[in-house]
Amino acid sequence: MDDFLVFKGVTKRFGAMTAVDDVTFNVKRGEFFSLLGPSGCGKTTLLRMLAGFERPDAGRIFLDGKDVTAMPPDKRRVNTVFQNYALFPHLTLWDNIAFGLRLQRRPKDEIEERVRRMLRLIQMEGQEWKKPTQISGGQKQRVAIARALVLEPQVLLLDEPLAALDLKLRQHMQIELDRIHDQVGITFLYVTHDQGEAMSLSDRIAVMNRGKVEQIDKPAALYEAPRSSFVAAFIGDTNFFEGTVTKLVDENYCRVSVEDFGEIVCFNDKHIKAGAKVYLSVRPEKMHLTHEKPADLHGGKVNVYECTVDQKIYQGAYTRFWVWRGASKDDCWELSVMQVHNRYLLDQQEIGWDEKVWLSWHADDGFMLESYAEQDEAMLPHPTEEASDAGAAPAPAPAPAGAADAEAAK
Amino acid sequence: MTDAAGRPRMGLWRRIRHHGGELALTAPSFLWMTFFFVVPTAIVFMLTFRPTAVDGGIGTGWTLETWKTISNPNYPSIVWRTIWLSVVATALSIGIALPCAFAMARTSAKWRSVLVGLVILPFWTSFLIRVFAWKNLLHPQAALARALHTDLGAAGFLALQDVMLFALLFGAGCLSVFLLNSWRMSSTARGKAACAALLAATVAGALWCAKLWIAFASARIGAGVCSIVPPGAPLLYNSLAILVVMVYTYLPFAILPLYAAAEKFDFALLEAALDLGARPVRAFVNVFVPGVKAGIYSAVLMVLIPALGSYVIPDMVGGPDAEMIGSKIYQRAIPDRNLPHASALSALLMLGVLVPPGIAWLVFRRRHIGATETDVVRSLGSSSNMGNSGGRRRREGGAS
Repeated sequence: MDDFLVFKGVTKRFGAMTAVDDVTFNVKRGEFFSLLGPSGCGKTTLLRMLAGFERPDAGRIFLDGKDVTAMPPDKRRVNTVFQNYALFPHLTLWDNIAFGLRLQRRPKDEIEERVRRMLRLIQMEGQEWKKPTQISGGQKQRVAIARALVLEPQVLLLDEPLAALDLKLRQHMQIELDRIHDQVGITFLYVTHDQGEAMSLSDRIAVMNRGKVEQIDKPAALYEAPRSSFVAAFIGDTNFFEGTVTKLVDENYCRVSVEDFGEIVCFNDKHIKAGAKVYLSVRPEKMHLTHEKPADLHGGKVNVYECTVDQKIYQGAYTRFWVWRGASKDDCWELSVMQVHNRYLLDQQEIGWDEKVWLSWHADDGFMLESYAEQDEAMLPHPTEEASDAGAAPAPAPAPAGAADAEAAK
Repeated sequence: MTDAAGRPRMGLWRRIRHHGGELALTAPSFLWMTFFFVVPTAIVFMLTFRPTAVDGGIGTGWTLETWKTISNPNYPSIVWRTIWLSVVATALSIGIALPCAFAMARTSAKWRSVLVGLVILPFWTSFLIRVFAWKNLLHPQAALARALHTDLGAAGFLALQDVMLFALLFGAGCLSVFLLNSWRMSSTARGKAACAALLAATVAGALWCAKLWIAFASARIGAGVCSIVPPGAPLLYNSLAILVVMVYTYLPFAILPLYAAAEKFDFALLEAALDLGARPVRAFVNVFVPGVKAGIYSAVLMVLIPALGSYVIPDMVGGPDAEMIGSKIYQRAIPDRNLPHASALSALLMLGVLVPPGIAWLVFRRRHIGATETDVVRSLGSSSNMGNSGGRRRREGGAS
């Protein structure tokens, strides 16, 4: 059950570039599994290898116990929903959906019945005699899904299926995809660069970077317990701290000394010994800004520091702050903080620019990373950049939701 | 002064001013086409009703004499030869051009321009010189003909003809499979009928080839050598020489429109077909070929029309018993000085040339009307299922 679809040491090179580097993971039967990563991380190559369009240079792919590594695409019970739909323009929607069944030489009645069932599933009955040029992008997407699903594949591959749609339609199609997955119960392998899409649809996500899988986990685990700085920075926004463990407070907590910042109390689930160098990630929405120093420090489990506001951007559901702490503004720790507007009207005393404020977060909200790479910092929104395009672009989707959840949990 | 939609109606002067730019831009080509196409064509048709003057010019008065004498007993065979040579040349050109266009569209951009350059390279040499070169290649004293006169060459020539016959049979088989398949994959009655008609033609052609082959085989067993072209026969001055040179000449005209269509073809569609369980050959014939359909139509027109009217090729490599209608028109016009008769033949040819685009136009128009009719009928037929769930329509609207 656990090894319905298995990638085992799969490697693919294009010339000098290694697109997929020794990737190993299992997908369960019926799972909605996502491959998430920036463009060029190898996720699409991985998908194309499962579809049979590329042959891995090393490693094996097993599907339901069978080695499919060298099987040609037309022999695999795997069907793909392509990014640009790839509907046959010379055929009607009905003929598009029936294409694979006719190739299998199914009886006429069966084809009729199965195509009709698919049209019902994608809610496009009565439009089956249109040509693909006569329908909208979202409808094309649904027909592409029906055309692949009608063959009852063992795995349905979706290659950035929503990338070509506009925002509203994308949200609608997310719900639609979720519904279809629930109804048909087929394993979905979903490739996307959109963290929001992956988070809201998937049972599990494999985050990929430079041809390697960084972490495979449930969406909440990826967000709350990222293993590497790449995962922490790619999914949502975060603050990184580099420090040394000075003292173990008790079995579960330790104190980390961060140069020019102070001591941070942190949850020590990895049982790091004193003296070790560690990297922390703290999500902006877990941090709080207050005028007064918080009174209740939960027995020393809350970190409190005095900071200065650098920038502030109001974004409706929340306000985004950049605060700094250190010797001067040019040589300091710059932190991103997200303040959700609970009881906004009652809280008349607004925090302004260049004000001295108290920054606090609970020790449980800091998370120790297993690996850290400095270039991942580049993915985090920078205050000046954010300030310049704040008017145009709304904030990343999952962060406010995560923030709201975090607030609700307390 | 408003029309039905409430817009102020345009006066004549305003309308001219409104479309003035368009008129000015199209006027030169309009005048050109009028004076150098429409008027000469009308003159050609008119001349067919004029008598011949004794000195070889055009007489005065009107007569139907030319149309009465046009039923020369030699003409039907010439017309038939013109048609079958042109149709076979067109089919061969497109058969060769389709894989070429596919390969050209799939190579890298750098190679593509090189290949397109190679396709149009022959145009840098005069057409006459190229046909003359073929005359040299096929000449009885040329290396090829002399090689064929040796025992080995004769055997090879026979074998080559066998291979070509086999290839024709094989091609007909492939085409039948494709047509059968298209018949199965198409859900409209019109599409099925078209496939069935083409299938019947293909099977007839295949049977003819098979009959020919069996006849040769039995003749060989009985009385030695027999084939389409006997090994000792001249390569030049016959219909096959015309066919070879026509395919050679018109191939670029088939490759270029097909390449233009193939370049626009979305090759992800081929992957989609493979993904849905089609083998590569099936994907090629069921997805690529329909995908470049427009290119095939224009390639047919680009090859068939000049082939029907070709005069230089039959004149240079065709013999006295391999004439085409183009050469007859020349004979009537220049050596015989019978201009009305030449005009009548030209008029016949012109009508014949107008038939293929006419059919193409009818097909395009019919298909368009057919689609909308089907849509209306189908949507009427299924409106009852649509009515069952009220919420669906609203959701549809939200999705699009």
